[in-house]
Amino acid sequence: MNHDIHLIVNGEAYLLSVPAHHTLLQVLREQLVLTGTKNGCEAGECGACAVLVKWPGADHAEPVNSCMVLAPEADGAEIVTIEGLAHDEQLDPLQEAFITTGATQCGFCTPGILVNARALLDRTPDPSETEIREALVGNLCRCTGYVRIIDAIEMAARAGREVAR
Amino acid sequence: MTRDQESGARSQESASSFQLPASNRKHSLIGTSPQRIEGRAKVTGAATYVDDMQFGPNLLHGMLKHSPIPHGIIVRIDVSKARALPGVRVVVTGEDFPGYTGLYLKDRRIFALDRVRYVGDTIAAVAADTPEIAQQAVDLIEVEFEPLPGVFDPEFGASPEAPLIHPELGNYEAVPFIFPQPGTNVSNWMKVRKGDMDKGWAEADLVYEHKYRVPHIQHVPLETHVCVAQQDVNGKITLWSSSQSPFAQRNLIAKALHISHSKLRVITPYVGGGFGCKAGVSMEGAAVALAMNAKGRPVKLRMTREEEFYTTFVRQGLVAIIKMGMTQEGRITAVHNRFYWDGGASTEYGTNITRAAGYSGTGPYYVPNIHIDSLCVYTNHPVGGAMRGFGMPEIHWGIEQHIDQMAEKLGLDPVQVRLINCLKDGDETLTGMIMHPTGLSQCIQKAAEAIGWTSPPAPLLEGEGSHKRRGKGLAAMWKAPAMPPNPGSSAIVRMNEDGTATVSIGGVDIGQGALTAMAQLAAEGLGVKIEDVRVNTVDTDYSPYEWQTVASRLTWSMGNAVLQAAENAKLQILQTVAEAWNEDINDLDIIDGQVVSYRSEESRSLRDIAVYGMQRPDGTWIGGPVLGRGNFMPEYVTPLDPETGQGPRAVVHFTTGCQAVEVEVDEETGEVQVLKIVSAYDVGRAINPDMVRTQMEGGAVQGMSTALLEGIILQNGVPRNPNFTDYRIATAVDAPLELESIIVEVPQDDGPFGARGVGEHPMVPTAPAIANAVYNAVGIRIDSMPITSEKVWRELAKTRP
Ligand code: FES
Ligand code: FES
Repeated sequence: MNHDIHLIVNGEAYLLSVPAHHTLLQVLREQLVLTGTKNGCEAGECGACAVLVKWPGADHAEPVNSCMVLAPEADGAEIVTIEGLAHDEQLDPLQEAFITTGATQCGFCTPGILVNARALLDRTPDPSETEIREALVGNLCRCTGYVRIIDAIEMAARAGREVAR
Repeated sequence: MTRDQESGARSQESASSFQLPASNRKHSLIGTSPQRIEGRAKVTGAATYVDDMQFGPNLLHGMLKHSPIPHGIIVRIDVSKARALPGVRVVVTGEDFPGYTGLYLKDRRIFALDRVRYVGDTIAAVAADTPEIAQQAVDLIEVEFEPLPGVFDPEFGASPEAPLIHPELGNYEAVPFIFPQPGTNVSNWMKVRKGDMDKGWAEADLVYEHKYRVPHIQHVPLETHVCVAQQDVNGKITLWSSSQSPFAQRNLIAKALHISHSKLRVITPYVGGGFGCKAGVSMEGAAVALAMNAKGRPVKLRMTREEEFYTTFVRQGLVAIIKMGMTQEGRITAVHNRFYWDGGASTEYGTNITRAAGYSGTGPYYVPNIHIDSLCVYTNHPVGGAMRGFGMPEIHWGIEQHIDQMAEKLGLDPVQVRLINCLKDGDETLTGMIMHPTGLSQCIQKAAEAIGWTSPPAPLLEGEGSHKRRGKGLAAMWKAPAMPPNPGSSAIVRMNEDGTATVSIGGVDIGQGALTAMAQLAAEGLGVKIEDVRVNTVDTDYSPYEWQTVASRLTWSMGNAVLQAAENAKLQILQTVAEAWNEDINDLDIIDGQVVSYRSEESRSLRDIAVYGMQRPDGTWIGGPVLGRGNFMPEYVTPLDPETGQGPRAVVHFTTGCQAVEVEVDEETGEVQVLKIVSAYDVGRAINPDMVRTQMEGGAVQGMSTALLEGIILQNGVPRNPNFTDYRIATAVDAPLELESIIVEVPQDDGPFGARGVGEHPMVPTAPAIANAVYNAVGIRIDSMPITSEKVWRELAKTRP
């Protein structure tokens, strides 16, 4: 059985017919071919599939593991994926910081971590190291050992504060 | 003579007998840390991995039928119901592809034929229009088994009482340096015999024996195994594969399926982590088998996270019995080690891991009297394969704790004991090879110093009366690239019309940074800016041969090929310019993409000449499109005597290093928190020091994760924790508060600019260093990995009155 749903993804509106049992992750990757969002477990345990979701009626977006959302549940949501983090070729300060600090290796965890880190900085522009570590607890990375990811988020937070000043 | 010829390595002849003068090597990019060249693609989601590639609605979805039992005879397979299901396009079983395959020992089939040997063994595969139909079809395949008694412990498996898992072992094809023992479960027996054991024990003031255990570990790449296979009208098959070994996959699959190498093309885009599990072949053969019957439709096979945990490759388990003799002064007099490897149902790859454990079995120490047996034992467990460190984390877990135990019993400082015994330039290793210059002593000293070895532990945050205790520990390591004696590398550097260069290689960037290091070497060798170098990912139809992306060998081996190809391109360009300008080639150079003459001070951009050639004074033309080529293959590795393990040169070289850690142990909960890890490694020469550090950091945390958290729980062969809730890996909260990475550089004679590899090494000594630190903190010795809070708590409870 298919459902018709409305989604706004990275600022673009879509009307989609989605199978009832498909996840938001499948819709993003397979129907919209936004393959930057990764599938690492399909069980809500790795964070590779994280996207920002602003639910209908909510006033801000939150990071969500898209493998745990059935597509029909996302009807009316506004979604930002990794592809929507940069604007007009201008990378998000987090993306810049990930390159500068060497916070990506194989890169498979990177989209989910960046999206989650964006939500953290939107919520808490000046997070402590402990807050950063706790915010990342649902994002597994097997390559980097996390330290440079933490450094990168701190660097982006500093850059963000300078812009705000 | 070139650097390569001097060191005995094979060097392809250059375009002419002329060689670039040594003064042409400016080293301006070597030792600098340009950013990852594919960084922007990776942070924007643009980097394409296999599962991201689009194959259209024609794509078929493959799925595997796995054995639910650990050991049994297949009495009957009935696929008729599966075949009859609408939407099912292909069903294949072992009858369709009965041959054996394997890297070092051909003991594996693509599909089980007569017998299953582990829970997860592949029995059949289906391809269907949707994943849902494929799943239904797999469920409809009926298999009847006659269960057989299993082997779930390697010591038992090696005993005469054990049921045989591969009765046909004697018929299997093996490479010459693997020694299967037909009629047993031992698929390789690596022996090292040296000196006089009686003398060694007699000279010792302390002889001590202890048993150590390491469980099966999963590599946990964030991207699970995935591939897509498609056959074209000419019968040619293309395999898009998340792989560390596109060429080895082509070789093994082509042989297993009896197709020509030129009719199989393997394409590897970005890879979401490997750590060894994507080396060789695991499930890819099944995808190709499906594609051969899919009438031209592409077939995708992607492992679920659960399948990833036990159906592709795992790290082998180990039981190590270590016996060592030491004098009062701390000199090791003798070592008698027995390694029982839990190789799993197939040891096609694992046999060579056990060989590496044999020829490295003393740890990085000079020992005069040696008796080592490293036994690869078949069990009804998941298939053991390569994992970061290839046997070394496992054996060092015991060896490095043993050194600490010996030192304590003799009242000696474990750092001093390591410094006394560690291998130095000119020492003879256990197999009789003469140790090359190595910075091991330096690494030990620097790691100890950085952790504050001689100063007391930092004060606890909670102060006096706290139930937390701090401790420090240290472990040293060595590891050689474990591989056949002759693994080759090759590279092509092509000049483009705009003066930029395209580098083709056959090695894979699995996250370690190979693309960037190769770009640096090519830019350096050619004389262009790094921004003007592009490095291709692998397509076996267009990329030159590379054995495999394993063994920390790319920077060294493929690096040599790339540097040689770049220098070869440079030489061709300079020869053209010399003739056109009527100058001596020795007066010419290429700097930042400009050919310059030191004599006439003329200069000309590569843009004008690298493809179109140059005009001579008389108006005719010379030169043409420049194509530089390079290859490398070590030519000096010798066989070892099968009875003694002795031979002049067992391996190409050893990378050595040391880690020191500080931990905090909660005496009430048994919880271990790692506060700091210092890593010090001798990398020969760091081509990109920052990337070297990222390898050290990532390896240290991976090692810490395995030390404290990881292990596949196997109950009678059934994996009990194949998910991230029950098999935890370290998260950002678990990662140490501080990581310090120290680069030591004692050059490798045949490495590019002196480099040798360091990708795997940083996880080798982490676990024993943590175990030693836990002992230092609370006096508890955990000899079986992982060091869970529960184990520490239980041991602590025993010590309480
Ligand atoms: S894929 Fe969604 S959490 Fe792992
Ligand atoms: S960079 Fe590979 S998993 Fe994080």
